Amino acid sequence: MSSLLQYTLRIADSSLILGQRMSEWCAKGPTLEEDIALSNIALDLFGQANGFYEYAAELDGEKSADDLAFLRNEREFFNHQIVELENGHFGDTIVRNFLHDGFNFLFYTELAKSKDETLAALAAKSIKEVKYHLRHTSNWLIRLGDGTEESNPKVQTSLNNIWQFTGELFEMDEIDNELLSAGIAVDNASIKSEWDNIVNKTLKKAKLSRPEDGYMATGGKKGMHTEHLGFLLAEMQFLQRAHPNAKW
Amino acid sequence: MAANADVWEVFIQSKNGLAHKHVGNVHAADKVMALENARDLYTRRNEGSCIWVVKATDIISSESEDSEAFFDPSNDKMYRHPTFYNMPDGAKHI
Amino acid sequence: MNETIFQKRIDAEKKIEPKDWMPDGYRKHLIRQISQHAHSEVIGMQPEGNWISRAPTLRAKMILLAKVQDEAGHGLYLYSACETLGISREELIQQLHDEKAKYSSIFNYPTLSWADMGAIGWLVDGAAIVNQVSLQRTSYGPYSRGMIKICKEESFHQRQGYEIMAQMASGTAKQKEMAQDALNRFWWPSIMMFGPHDADSPRTGNAIKWKIKRQTNDELRQSFIDKTVEQAEVIGLEIPDPDLKWNEERGHYDFGEMDWEEFWNVVNGNGPCNKQRLAHHKKAHDDGAWVRDAAKAHAKKPKIAATN
Repeated sequence: MSSLLQYTLRIADSSLILGQRMSEWCAKGPTLEEDIALSNIALDLFGQANGFYEYAAELDGEKSADDLAFLRNEREFFNHQIVELENGHFGDTIVRNFLHDGFNFLFYTELAKSKDETLAALAAKSIKEVKYHLRHTSNWLIRLGDGTEESNPKVQTSLNNIWQFTGELFEMDEIDNELLSAGIAVDNASIKSEWDNIVNKTLKKAKLSRPEDGYMATGGKKGMHTEHLGFLLAEMQFLQRAHPNAKW
Repeated sequence: MAANADVWEVFIQSKNGLAHKHVGNVHAADKVMALENARDLYTRRNEGSCIWVVKATDIISSESEDSEAFFDPSNDKMYRHPTFYNMPDGAKHI
Repeated sequence: MNETIFQKRIDAEKKIEPKDWMPDGYRKHLIRQISQHAHSEVIGMQPEGNWISRAPTLRAKMILLAKVQDEAGHGLYLYSACETLGISREELIQQLHDEKAKYSSIFNYPTLSWADMGAIGWLVDGAAIVNQVSLQRTSYGPYSRGMIKICKEESFHQRQGYEIMAQMASGTAKQKEMAQDALNRFWWPSIMMFGPHDADSPRTGNAIKWKIKRQTNDELRQSFIDKTVEQAEVIGLEIPDPDLKWNEERGHYDFGEMDWEEFWNVVNGNGPCNKQRLAHHKKAHDDGAWVRDAAKAHAKKPKIAATN
């Protein structure tokens, strides 16, 4: 697999898996209005995934976007681990998404300058969507953090639990470095300080404290995952796997 | 069950140059949430270029039983309409 | 006196608006009908929501999610119309949870295969659209405006369902079997969505007089069946009714009698998914309580920290 293909799949996979998680909220939101908002986020993410998979399929030359989404196994998915975490309660979801949205916003802003024109165009379209997601999750984080005596410790716990999945976002491996020197990839490490600013500023408004950096999970980009991903894929891929010759 | 959120009336301008039009309402705890809820509910199909939200309790409406007193008095003031006036034959562009 | 003026306005096809005088019975009938309609949209999210995570392609996944999201939106339009009659959304939800308000029985049937997404879109949405198109002319302004908006948005729902059915009916043997099975299971419940026969529908009289309903249950049902028969033929599926045949004289299809015992059983809470659907709704509502409380508490704090 070419480095560019793998790089594209990483982005597509993170969008798809997070979209899948968000779509699980459908008919379960805390208000009907928020149910609609969560579906909108999911639809944006599926749209992004679709765009990046189409490009990946073009690079691959044989598989279609749907083949890539529905016929690869756990170890062949390259998403960040943070996006595969289960939804938990609404606060868990907001924290997970907020941390990832902040990264995604900065990541796409950089990727829009990529020398790879397709990646740059897909990123430019995604920025607008992710900017809104970040706004939405930031506002909710502030409401929940600076809400009631019940809600504040609840989301503080979410934050403490999910924090260990943020380290991976800023890692650079050989694929990142190779494509960075070609002017294609984003220097993930370089967006960390801006991410810190976004996170610190919002946590302060939310009256939440930033967890200490301790053990940081890693490996998603290389196909190492939490146990959650297998169940997610089993459900998502069921029809394609059960009816290998069918067209849908 | 206590009301959890306020009702906000939503007005959407579908494109620049047009007036904001009432489209319905949303429930929200604060104005920022009201604006986002309105965006997510009422502009799913490209309908918007600007949104106003107004707390429903801040709107005052005329009452149905007052409608005669409010609106009938303007019925007989036809001189406010251009068709009221007699123009000499042959006058143009007026 | 009021009542005479009111009926005159109705007869003259003038809309009734929230601040206008209206008979108590009219208000009650509207609250019951609109809230039932709203609850149906919202409970109706569940049987289809059930398949979003298993949709077979990216395209199918996006379409289905957008469709179920529309249903949430339509629920909101209707709750909002109902609230203009002087009842809050919280009260309406409470009535649903207390089983004092009903929703369409069709959603108490389980969705067992992907073809059910096709059958629901094609038949259930198809039946709903026939009803909603008629309700665009309902006499209550907010309800009518809600219906117009809903009809405009729902036009894609039936098409997406029919597309799934068509695709599966012409797919592998297994797919065709699933499509026929879905049609078999959803046909009768769908035509029962229009409610009991006119003769057995005690409230129809007033609803027609007040122009809340513009056509009777039997008229709407007939119009739906007439439209649907040919659509089934086009994709090579068979409607599970041996009595279905064209009646030249009436200019309509004749069809078999529905199982009203089953209908009333499901209406009265004894369908396959009644308890599950309500429990799901209650759980989501209860799980969200701390979130709604937090938002409310935050809004009351002197300085709103959220960024606009």
